[in-house]
Amino acid sequence: MAGMSNASSTIIEMRQVYKRFGPLEVLRGIDLSLAKGRTTVVIGESGTGKSVLIKHMIGLIRPDAGEIHIDGQRVDPLHEKQWVPIRQRFGYLFQMGALFDSLTAGENIAFPLKEHTGLSDAEIHDIVARKLDLVGLDGVQNKWPSELSGGQRKRVALARAIAMDPDIILYDEPTTGLDPIRSDTINDLIIKLKDELAVTSIVVTHDMTSAFKVADRILMLNQGQFIADGTADDFRNTRDPRVRAFVTGDADLNIIEESATPPTRGESS
Amino acid sequence: MAAEITMNGPIARLGRLTLERLDAMGDISVFALRTFSHCLRATVHKRDLERLIPQFHSIGTLSVPVIMVTGLFVGMVLAIQAIEQFRAAGLENRMGVIVSLSVVRELGPVLAGIMLAGRVGGALTAELGTMRVTEQIDALRSMGSDPIRVLVVPRFLACLLLTPVLTLYCNLVGVLGGWLISVPIFNVSNWAYWTYTELAVETWDIASGLFKSVFFGATIGMISCYKGFNCGQGAQGVGKACTESFVAGFVVILILDFFIALLLKGAYEAIWGFKMIF
Repeated sequence: MAGMSNASSTIIEMRQVYKRFGPLEVLRGIDLSLAKGRTTVVIGESGTGKSVLIKHMIGLIRPDAGEIHIDGQRVDPLHEKQWVPIRQRFGYLFQMGALFDSLTAGENIAFPLKEHTGLSDAEIHDIVARKLDLVGLDGVQNKWPSELSGGQRKRVALARAIAMDPDIILYDEPTTGLDPIRSDTINDLIIKLKDELAVTSIVVTHDMTSAFKVADRILMLNQGQFIADGTADDFRNTRDPRVRAFVTGDADLNIIEESATPPTRGESS
Repeated sequence: MAAEITMNGPIARLGRLTLERLDAMGDISVFALRTFSHCLRATVHKRDLERLIPQFHSIGTLSVPVIMVTGLFVGMVLAIQAIEQFRAAGLENRMGVIVSLSVVRELGPVLAGIMLAGRVGGALTAELGTMRVTEQIDALRSMGSDPIRVLVVPRFLACLLLTPVLTLYCNLVGVLGGWLISVPIFNVSNWAYWTYTELAVETWDIASGLFKSVFFGATIGMISCYKGFNCGQGAQGVGKACTESFVAGFVVILILDFFIALLLKGAYEAIWGFKMIF
């Protein structure tokens, strides 16, 4: 499997993280270490806990057991207030965009800047224009989220996620619900942000085209554990029936998968 | 594990229900305490004050017409119901007393509160519930902002501060509604209506009604924001939260009204003794 980071360039580390919601065990002992400046894609069926996984990284969900470290600092026991400076290092693109309905596109992007920086209105105005330009939407500042198309909303949400120049961006299903052309624009943006701003990206998706295009490393989550870890090529050539079924989108193979006992695969960190 | 064993006997169900209720009590208490602590800070920060203005508009200004209609009809119906009996007893000059005291002490604050629980409480729960369902509340947290400070505090403060003001409108129009039926229609003397009203209605009566309305406003703000923040998934979750928010607000207002009335009556009699109206 792909050789990953040495310890010094690790930015996010999870050790034996468990999470359950009522009777449902969502994460069952996750061990994960993510390298700085790389794009990691987490794939898996809907409802396998991919979003839950990245929400742990930014403290929106707390683990039942296990440790989470960001840049060597243990963050899982922190209070909501102590999370504030850490969260400012993150950008989070929500699945449906999660733009504030009561604010215009421009005000949405300006929101974190007004909350956390002492910048003047003119400076904020400039940053908003620059971020919108980066996502190819300069000029929509005064539109309401309801006036934007799904793809535009997602791109405005991305502009908001990068407003504070984060070093880590979490993408929750960035291409879901978009047509193939729009999806590809988002993929290009993910690559562009990595190349231009050197950000560390974690992308959660079940869109394999997108995963193959943007990933330095792919992880597959299944029933609360990682069952595969490798590069895009490793995933294209895999012989594991569960991974193959997902990669090729073949429902027949899925049936085989359910009857097979899951072999333990390398969960390299 | 012991927890895996499912128990469905009546005692187990009662226990589970009790635990759930206690859990919810604890939840809303923590929610309320966090809101209060932010409220104190909200009076100093400019950005927090700026967030208040739009809430004042949507919760206060936009509620004025519906509150005035409520007050008008309450005053009119009171007069219609009372006038025949009062006339038979030869007490028609005292019409202003019964209408004004009823409106100012009880009906104005309670009906304004209930009207607001419907109009404002429902809207707040729906708005915050939708924000929760569409991950906007998570988005706020992910950007390092406290959703209680940004969303709950301005709404709660607007409810708390403006419910008494709206109650005043309701009282005023209620008294005018009583006059409209008594004086122009049933020919009660205009002079008598106002003179006896002035004699009977004390500052205490108006103040006690407004005192209650502060609690009603706080109830509406707290319950509706809490229900919105804890709403279930999807459109169904939002709908359910709105219904619960209105019903809980309504019931709590009526219960609070009873106990505050009891308390205020005790306080009045301790200070000034029993008051005879007629």
